Amino acid sequence: MKPIYVLVLLTFLFNSCEKKDCCVDFDPVTVTVKFTHNWDGTPINQNDFDNFKFTTENGELISIELLRYVVSNVTIGQINKKYQLINVGENTGTEIVLNQVPQGNNFVKFRFGFADVDNLDGVYQDLNSSSFNVPMMMGGGYHYMQFDGKYKDTNNQDANFNYHTIRAVNLSNPINLILEDTSFEVEIGTFEFSKNTTIEIKMNVAEWFKNPNLWDLKVLNTVLMPNFNAQKMMNENGKNVFSLGKI
Amino acid sequence: MTKNWVFLSLVFLLMNCSSKEEEIYTPVAYNLEIPSLFAQKLIAPIIPANNPLTQEGVALGKKLFFEKLLSKDKTQSCATCHNPKKAFSDSQQFSVGIDGNQGFRNAMPLFNLAWNFNELFNWDGSEFSLENQAFEPVRNPIEMHETWKNVAEKLQNHPQYPTLFKKAFGTSTIDSVLITKAIAQFERTLISGNSKFDRFLRGETSLTPEEENGFNVFMDEARGDCFHCHGSNNNPLWTDNLFHNNGLDKTFTDLGLGAKTGDPKDNGKFKSPSIRNLAFTPPYMHDGRFTTLEEVINHYSEGLQFSPTIDPLMKKVSQGGVQLSAKDKADLKAFLLSLSDVEFINNLAFKNP
Repeated sequence: MKPIYVLVLLTFLFNSCEKKDCCVDFDPVTVTVKFTHNWDGTPINQNDFDNFKFTTENGELISIELLRYVVSNVTIGQINKKYQLINVGENTGTEIVLNQVPQGNNFVKFRFGFADVDNLDGVYQDLNSSSFNVPMMMGGGYHYMQFDGKYKDTNNQDANFNYHTIRAVNLSNPINLILEDTSFEVEIGTFEFSKNTTIEIKMNVAEWFKNPNLWDLKVLNTVLMPNFNAQKMMNENGKNVFSLGKI
Repeated sequence: MTKNWVFLSLVFLLMNCSSKEEEIYTPVAYNLEIPSLFAQKLIAPIIPANNPLTQEGVALGKKLFFEKLLSKDKTQSCATCHNPKKAFSDSQQFSVGIDGNQGFRNAMPLFNLAWNFNELFNWDGSEFSLENQAFEPVRNPIEMHETWKNVAEKLQNHPQYPTLFKKAFGTSTIDSVLITKAIAQFERTLISGNSKFDRFLRGETSLTPEEENGFNVFMDEARGDCFHCHGSNNNPLWTDNLFHNNGLDKTFTDLGLGAKTGDPKDNGKFKSPSIRNLAFTPPYMHDGRFTTLEEVINHYSEGLQFSPTIDPLMKKVSQGGVQLSAKDKADLKAFLLSLSDVEFINNLAFKNP
C-alpha cells in the first residue's frame, strides 16, 4: 500500500473516531430573548392595563393604557435580529428567537429604539401598518416607544399622558431641524451558551419616571414628541429601565 | 348478460366522465391591483387561504352584493345601505331595514377592507373576518330580516346562480357559506388609493397651501395630532383600524366595543374609520351625529367630553380639545377633502352589473 493511501485511511479513521468518541455536541443553539415588564418588581400584564394601580416616584397615581416599543439590533454574538415591536397590552412581540447561535461565550445586547442609521422614514412595512411612524416635520422615522395612560392631577381628576419617545428634535427652525439620536444600547453581558436558552430582559416601567430625572406628570404629560429636553430626559431615564432577569 | 355488462360499463364511464368534468374546472385567479403606495408602505393584504380571489368568485360576489333576493321581501341588497356613490356608505344617519325599522349605527363605508389586519369588522369589532361579517345583515331582523335557508333556496331556483356558483366554487349547490365567501371576495376588491393626496405622494401633483397646512395640522402633535389614530403618508389606510373612545359623550347609550367584550374598560370605544373619502360619507361618527366635517373638527377642537375610558390621545380634554385656530380648522378640512377618491366611487367595476 502506498504511503498516501495509508495517510488517507488514517485520517478517515481519526475523524471518524473523533466524532464517535468525544460525544461533544457543537451544534448551534437557539436563544430566546424574553422581555417582561414590571413596576418596581410587581409584574405588569394585560389585566393591569386601564386601571389606576401604579404610583410614580413623584407620587402620581397612573393607569397604563398603551405600552409598545421597538428594540433593534438584538444581538447575541454574531447573530442579530434587526428590530421588533413589542406590545405589552396585546402581549405580542415579547419573545425574540435567535437561531444558530454558536455554542460558547457570546455577548448579548440590544438597542432601545432605532439608531439613526436604521431610523429611516417609512421603510418598515410592519411598523407603518401599525402606525408607529414619526411625522417628517419632527424628523421622520419611527417612535421608539408609545406609552399612554392617565394620571390623577392636583384636583384628583383624570388627565391624559402620552410618554412617547422618539429621536429628539429641536423645532426652533422648522426648515433646519436639529436632530439628536436618543435611542440607546443596552448591554446585558457575556454568557456561555451550551444548550437552547431563554434570557429574560426586565423592563421596570417605574424607572421611566424616576432616575435620574424625577418625572412630574403635572408638568410633562402630553405633546412630548417635539419637546427636545423632554426627549433627552426620557433617554436618561431609559438607561435605568432594563435589567437582566432569569436565564 | 353481455348486453348488461356493456350497459353498466357505459354508465360507469359516463359517470366517471361527468365527475371528472366537475373536478377539472378551475376558476381563474383574480389579480388584485394593489396601489403602488400600499405595496410600498404596507404589509400584504389579508386573503384567507380558504377563500382565494378568483375572477368568477369576485364577479359572483359583485352580483350578490347588489342582489335584492338576499332580503325577505326582495327590496334590499347590501348596496341599499352601502351605496357605491357614497363610498359604499349610507347618507342617512341610520339605515332603514325592510320592515321600516331603523338601525342604531351609521353604515360604515367599505374600502381597503383587505388591509384591516386585525380582521375585526363593524364599529364595535363584533365580527371577525369579512366572511363572517357578511352573515349578519341578512338575518338581522332590523335589516334584511331573512333566513339563510330561504336565501339559498331563492338563489338555487334562480336561472343563473347555480351556474355561477359552479364556475366560482365548483359546485352548483348553493349555501350561506359560499354566498358570504363570494361577497367577501368582491369586498376585498374595493380598493381606494387614488385621491389627490395619493397623487401628491406619488409626485404627480402638488397641494394647495391650504391643503399643505392642513396636512401639517393633522401631523402636528401640538395641533391636530390626528396621525396617531388615523394614519399618515406612511400608512395610506388613514386608520389604525383600532378602537378608541374619542370623547363624544360623558355617559354611553351605546357601549360599542364594551358590549362585545363585556369589559367596562372598553365602553364607549369604536373603530377608527378611515379618513379617506369623507366627502362622500357624511354623516360622521358611529351614530352619524355630525352632518358636516366642520362639526367633526369642532368636536376635536372644543367639544371633547370626559369619560373614564376616553383615549389618552385626546388632548386637553378639560379645555374641550386642542383649540385649533379658524384657519387651521379650514385648512384641515381642505386636507381631509384631498383624500377624496372620485375614481373609486365612479369605478364601473364596482357598479351594479
